[in-house]
Amino acid sequence: MSAVQIDTATVDGPVTPGGGRETTAAAARRRLSKPWASLFAVVLAVLWTIPTLGLLVTSFRPATDINNSGWWTVLTNPNFTLENYETVLSSDSSQSLAPSIINSVVITIPAVVLPMFLATLAAYAFAWMNFRGRNVLFIAVFALQVVPIQVTLIPLLSLYVDIDIAGTFWAVWLSHTMFGLPLAVFLLHNFMQEIPGELIEAARVDGAGHVTIFFRLMLPMLKPAIAALGIYQFLWVWNDLLVALTFAGSSRDLAPMTVALLNLTGTRGSQWFLLSAGAFVSIIIPAIVFLSLQRYFVRGLLAGSVKG
Amino acid sequence: MQAADKLVGMVVALVAFAVVIGAILLVVHLLERRGARRVAWWFIGPTLLLIAVGLVYPALRTVWRSLYDAAGTSFIGLGNYTDIFTSGEQLVVLRNTVLWVLVTPFVATVVGLIYAILVDGAKGEAAAKALIFLPMAISFVGASIIWKFMYEYRFYDPAVENNPNQIGFINQIIVWLGGTPQNFLLNSPWNNFFLIAVMIWIQAGFAMTILSAAIKAIPSEITEAARLDGVSSLQLFRFVTVPSIRPTLIVVLTTIAIGCLKVFDIVRTMTAGRYGTSVVANEFYTQSFSAGNQGLGAALAVLLFVLVVPIIVYNVHHLRKASR
Amino acid sequence: MNVKRKRRYTLVAASAAALALVLTACSSDDDGGGGDGDGGGDATSSADCADFESYGDLSGKTITIYAGIVDPEDQPYKDSFVPFEECTGAKVDYQADKQFEQQILVRAQAGNPPDIAIVPQPGLLAQLVATGTVKEAPEAVAANVDEFWGEDWKALGTVDGTFYAAPSGASVKSLVWYSPQEFEANGWEVPTTLDELTTLSDTIAADSGHKPWCAGIASDAATGWPVTDWMEDFVLREGGPDVYDQWVSHEIAFNSEVPTAALDAVGTFLKNPDYVNGGFGDVSSIATTAFQDGGLPILDGQCSLHRQASFYAANFPQGTDISENGQVFAFYLPGKTAEDKPVLGAGEFVTAFADRPEVQALLEFWSTDTWANLKAQASVDRTNGGWITANKGLDASILTNPIDKLSADILLDPNAVFRFDGSDMMPAAVGSNAFWKEATSWITGQSTKDTLDKIEAAWP
Repeated sequence: MSAVQIDTATVDGPVTPGGGRETTAAAARRRLSKPWASLFAVVLAVLWTIPTLGLLVTSFRPATDINNSGWWTVLTNPNFTLENYETVLSSDSSQSLAPSIINSVVITIPAVVLPMFLATLAAYAFAWMNFRGRNVLFIAVFALQVVPIQVTLIPLLSLYVDIDIAGTFWAVWLSHTMFGLPLAVFLLHNFMQEIPGELIEAARVDGAGHVTIFFRLMLPMLKPAIAALGIYQFLWVWNDLLVALTFAGSSRDLAPMTVALLNLTGTRGSQWFLLSAGAFVSIIIPAIVFLSLQRYFVRGLLAGSVKG
Repeated sequence: MQAADKLVGMVVALVAFAVVIGAILLVVHLLERRGARRVAWWFIGPTLLLIAVGLVYPALRTVWRSLYDAAGTSFIGLGNYTDIFTSGEQLVVLRNTVLWVLVTPFVATVVGLIYAILVDGAKGEAAAKALIFLPMAISFVGASIIWKFMYEYRFYDPAVENNPNQIGFINQIIVWLGGTPQNFLLNSPWNNFFLIAVMIWIQAGFAMTILSAAIKAIPSEITEAARLDGVSSLQLFRFVTVPSIRPTLIVVLTTIAIGCLKVFDIVRTMTAGRYGTSVVANEFYTQSFSAGNQGLGAALAVLLFVLVVPIIVYNVHHLRKASR
Repeated sequence: MNVKRKRRYTLVAASAAALALVLTACSSDDDGGGGDGDGGGDATSSADCADFESYGDLSGKTITIYAGIVDPEDQPYKDSFVPFEECTGAKVDYQADKQFEQQILVRAQAGNPPDIAIVPQPGLLAQLVATGTVKEAPEAVAANVDEFWGEDWKALGTVDGTFYAAPSGASVKSLVWYSPQEFEANGWEVPTTLDELTTLSDTIAADSGHKPWCAGIASDAATGWPVTDWMEDFVLREGGPDVYDQWVSHEIAFNSEVPTAALDAVGTFLKNPDYVNGGFGDVSSIATTAFQDGGLPILDGQCSLHRQASFYAANFPQGTDISENGQVFAFYLPGKTAEDKPVLGAGEFVTAFADRPEVQALLEFWSTDTWANLKAQASVDRTNGGWITANKGLDASILTNPIDKLSADILLDPNAVFRFDGSDMMPAAVGSNAFWKEATSWITGQSTKDTLDKIEAAWP
């Protein structure tokens, strides 16, 4: 359909010399007269980075400096300290974030693995299997994304009390799985539809069952998409406050970093020196996970899909 | 509980999950060997069960609860809904929510798309993308802390000599440019946009990564053909790039819009819904768990479902077109 | 993890020893200021356990407490239970977070409450009782409350004629923070009537080159509450205690004459651009300034007066000289006349959701004078004070902090007309929502009439 539109488009640009295969975007970028395009990209990148950079710098400044001068003044008046991080991580302090790191890890891993696997299974069925009520069910699953977590707090907690898992990691894992499924099914279904139908047909003709197709064909092809969504779910779970607070309770034995961060400033006022260091401690692990997996984003969401 | 115990507990849980799912799939596999055709329910069963328990049941309960009064003892029909639509403050809450849903997805997607195109294939693409995506790795609460710090206000009176130094970067820029610092979070309705900016800051990275992947998947033949026709870059963007990634664009817009409908932490952390910035999710929480009016809270949540109907209809429309 | 646990254990043990020392010190007529955590370990705990024998052996039992009292004020609470734990063998698991006021309702409604919650508002207590999960107070607790607190306080822990929750800590809210050194240098006098307070404000505004008052009301979901305290103090002064009671119980409308006059009177301070907001900017900056930061400009000489409760002492940086002649101190917010001395205060209530023997034992211990003194001592050791109680068994000699002494004097003065924080007693729809919200809007420009009309409309 795009080809038709191109034919009708007015031709006013010079014909580009030279060959070479490149993506449309690269072509567009190259022709968006380079200097201001690059400038624009740099401006956006700077705009997006400054807030985090400001907090990072702040987290290394002494408390009194933070309240009396802007972080940018370190350029003319460098004065750094590690004290904020020591307070936030020291094992003596009751504000310490350290014990909650392990809780965050224990909460997050199952809360990512479970929904991702279940959602891939369901998305496969919605995309490539025929059964009655398929479309209605899919729309329902999609629409349920909108249910706000807040309305589920009391019904779910009552349920967990009944089956005696309230205040355990099980309650948190199950809840995150439930809340993560609709979006994961919706997005994976969209990626899955882009896999050429001929591939699946061919496999069916060869006598492969759905379980075989799922493991041999779908999982390998969807690996980048699953990884990308897995990161999304990981960030969501890692950064969640309300689910953990409600279903795990406020016991220090279960509390993830977000809960610890909530109570970090204690009853005192705007303690930027603690907040800035605490916020950075909580960012480190998701940032590492993201940076180590980001190649999946950069390459595209389908392995081996045909492209230029 | 010791750290080791927790980790062991986690591994046990994962193994248990693998065993259960493995058993289910083995059963399906054997059924298929025997020629069974209808195996789809085994695939979607676990998902449907969890969603039914975790989302459908609470949602239905909420609808039901919205028809009762604050204490939950007497049935008042649509009383809570008329309360919402006749209360100036609740209308502001609805207005703010609509503002979030309209502005955030659009701006975040446009920024993400432009950036994806600008850095596509450029030197250091991965690093450039990481800069924009990094805010995604920050929790809503963390992002709110960061932006509260950006917006931080210290008064500035030209008549007085020793004004305090600004510690918020945006106000410092205003001062450098010769302006008067603003208390950004205070003045309604503009303060809503300063909260929305935080969400855009977070979600642009999401839009950028997904759209960038879609752009890379556009077959090069199309580009070549366009190039041979000598179209300009803007035309290429408008007539090739955008149509090719339209399904992805819709997915991205939808996902961000639904995220905005549910936005809670940002508002809670930055203003707690004061100064005319409350949104539905925050108001639900306040009404249900502070003000002791679960009926009104439930009615607000039901309005959320209603607000999402247009988005669902649009997507269903597209789904139909795609599967045709 | 392992290391940390051990460390915490030794810390607990050390403070237990310190407390034991203090207990013996108190009985031996010492002034009780010592025992600074150097716990020599020569104090045998068995000697002090006599008081706990009646609770029996509770080894292996755990009691969970959930509260909104977080760092650094949580530690003295934990310390105060250590003798109970040592002597009975029970374990007290104290958990706290800042979302307490919402989460406790979620947990109570879902049937997952803790054993005990420390509830800071009678209004919230009533909401919890309505969920049907709160247990009536044991008789021994009721008897202790009769003995150590009296009718007024007992009524605050009572819902529909049933006594549920014994009071714990208390605070005095009718205080104005100021700098004795600044007053001395400028020859200003502590006012004894409201008119003198206004005159003083004018003098400061004219002479000092800075705004006399500073204030901050931002407090997350509770933003606005400091204004409600102001208004309550002024209803108490404009209308007297009887009208105040009628206003709180809604026998007179929220927007009737006296409350309107009271809020207007508050407006002559908080909405007066000549008076506020020293150190922060214009009137509207009050709305976005954290209440914890609100009085700090006194230290920098950018503001001279800040009305806030006794617990505000904890917000001044460590090392600040808080005393009669120091950098900061507080005076009683005067009444209309020098003889007229109404006092606004607040407190916490120990609410039980379980009636197991170990829970009842802890509740009983909690309502004694022994516990009150242990807690006061623990606060002195850990947070330089900042905690008082209306328990008449409190040994005032334990208090070292001048503000605590002042507050305890005011609280325990039999002639003071004491009234509990009104917004804490009003229904939640008003007391923890509309009142806070509209008070914030009032600061940012909404008229007194609109404000009070809207709150009246929100009354359920």
